[in-house]
Amino acid sequence: MSTTEKAPARQAPPEGSIKAKKRPGDLAFSGSSLGAGIIILIVLAATAVFLVVQSIPAIAGDADTNPILGGENFWSYALPFLFGTLWSALLALAIASPIAIGIALFISHYAPRRLAAVLGYIIDLLAAVPSVVFGLWGALFFSGFLQPFFATLTDTIGTWPILNLFFSGPVSATGRTVLTAALVLSVMILPIMTAICREVFLQTPKLHEEAALALGATRWEMIRMAVLPFARGGMVSGAMLGLGRALGETMAVTMVLSGSPIVAFQLLQSGNPQSIAANIALHFPEAFDTGVNTLIATGLILFIVTFAVNAVARWIVNRRAEFSGAN
Amino acid sequence: MTAPTTETVVVPPSRISTGRLPKGSPWAILAGAMVVSFAIFAVMNAGSPLADLNVAAALFIGMVLYIVFVYVLSLIAESRRHATDRLMTALISTAFVIACLPLVSVLWTVISNGLARMDPTFFSWSMRNVIGEGGGAVHAIWGTLIVTGLAAIISVPIGLMTSIYLVEYGNGNRLSKGITFFVDVMTGIPSIVAGLFIYSVFTIFFGPGIRMGIMGALALSVLMIPVVVRGSEEMLRIVPNELREASYALGVPKWLTIIKVVLPTSIAGITTSIMLAIARVIGETAHLLLTVGVTANLQMNAFQSDNGQMMTLPVFVYNEFMYPSASSPDASLERAWAAALTLLIIVMLLNLIGRGISKFFAPKTSGR
Repeated sequence: MSTTEKAPARQAPPEGSIKAKKRPGDLAFSGSSLGAGIIILIVLAATAVFLVVQSIPAIAGDADTNPILGGENFWSYALPFLFGTLWSALLALAIASPIAIGIALFISHYAPRRLAAVLGYIIDLLAAVPSVVFGLWGALFFSGFLQPFFATLTDTIGTWPILNLFFSGPVSATGRTVLTAALVLSVMILPIMTAICREVFLQTPKLHEEAALALGATRWEMIRMAVLPFARGGMVSGAMLGLGRALGETMAVTMVLSGSPIVAFQLLQSGNPQSIAANIALHFPEAFDTGVNTLIATGLILFIVTFAVNAVARWIVNRRAEFSGAN
Repeated sequence: MTAPTTETVVVPPSRISTGRLPKGSPWAILAGAMVVSFAIFAVMNAGSPLADLNVAAALFIGMVLYIVFVYVLSLIAESRRHATDRLMTALISTAFVIACLPLVSVLWTVISNGLARMDPTFFSWSMRNVIGEGGGAVHAIWGTLIVTGLAAIISVPIGLMTSIYLVEYGNGNRLSKGITFFVDVMTGIPSIVAGLFIYSVFTIFFGPGIRMGIMGALALSVLMIPVVVRGSEEMLRIVPNELREASYALGVPKWLTIIKVVLPTSIAGITTSIMLAIARVIGETAHLLLTVGVTANLQMNAFQSDNGQMMTLPVFVYNEFMYPSASSPDASLERAWAAALTLLIIVMLLNLIGRGISKFFAPKTSGR
């Protein structure tokens, strides 16, 4: 309450301070709207507190009686899953970033103006498709579609010196590999990355663009000299927001992969690393006792990682004051 | 093709009318590249049935050929700079086409596979005592509607009031900046973390293994509130300040101004943003798996604490896919596709209605 009353006072002119009459309706309304805002902060804080409280029995407790750990140290249990999360998300990011920047440039600088709104809407439709539908599509159609290409890849570049770290065989017979999961993830994070990139590209000062064109630059040179330097921060934060989405995405990875807790960089084999979210989704329904705490503790790790990634991304975006921050 | 470059390149291309490719040439080159690619694949495919023709690979090779052709031709006829420009144009357009392919593919596979089970049984049966074929998703449809409806009832007032605070009362003070920042960060919270949070709160009161519809609704509102705040904040900000000032000048208190002037002006946009928020969270799955659980029965009571599991459409899809019935797995997959199609139709309807509302009921203001 005190903050609401302080805010107008700070802005009031120094001389002849005219105080607005305090009506009960005003107080109730401003109080409840302030309360709603504070509820959000409380929820966020409560998320962190409850996850920490529930994680303590798993991290500090006796590992021998833990049904999931079974004597194993918690960190040696959780680290492979953290690797799987980061690995699939980073792959998705590497695939999606160039495409998202391309789409955003296409909509903002290449497509005819009347078409641009429609094209933006089409990309937004991708965001509307539920993740479980993407998972079903990835597992039942897309993986089978990709499998012949994967087989070709392992036969050709899978034997080359450095690339065989990633593409070596034997190829998975189902095509349900970590690369498939990363491709599905990259489709899912395209819309948010495109939305952010498009918005910063459109904010490039028109005079910079026109100056570049007037000096005889081609369209690509104009983009490289005027648009991209201006939008660098926005592109980075768009990529990080996409990374945050990919880290927390559960269903696509769970349904496409049959993963195991391993640390492996091979993209096309049948043994694949599992992500934290997928591991929780698979094992939570039958977990009991401190096993639940163990899964919650891995969830806490996921929460910390996504929170950090998102916070840094938003911090970069917010440095640009006029940015509306849509999505 | 390379013959002219060896000698004639000596002439410096300095004049402004230096050779440029004719206007429609990229399209002609694209057509040419596709013809070449399909011809190659047709020759390789000769002797086997036409259905074996690898259309995807042919299109891919055609695109690669187009990019190479357009670069080389432009390098010969124009300059290196123009060639780079054309190369980037081709690559950027290709990126857009690539992004549209999964959307088309998802829609096509879901519709073609889902139509098989879009029958009256699917919308009137639950999975109670269904082992093999048959069965339906009526329990899942009800569960989704109840859980999402409860989530909307919780998050719309909180989200709307927060955005009112941010726009009307916050004045950019430190608290409102903090709320904006954390709301933005909250949009990125994974749904599974929201589920774990609500689960760990409820285990304290109800003991471990608790599953209730209201838990799913609460977890969903953790995901939905930030989206509602962001959407309605944007809508409140475009209400012209002149309207507020005119109302103050007539002596109307601030809270009545907000209710009678600001909200009616922006109600169409706010409704749209709420519909889009619902469309965005209705397909979230992971938190429902942890909080609402899985059941084969129709369960309409979201507040029942023993045997409180409710089925929801996304979990139904997941469950039918991951744990198909042993006797007829195909029937399970068909149900999964049909449920995915139902979910997709609901989401698309919400999107269309939401955008329609803002288009047809928006107040006629002459921009900001």
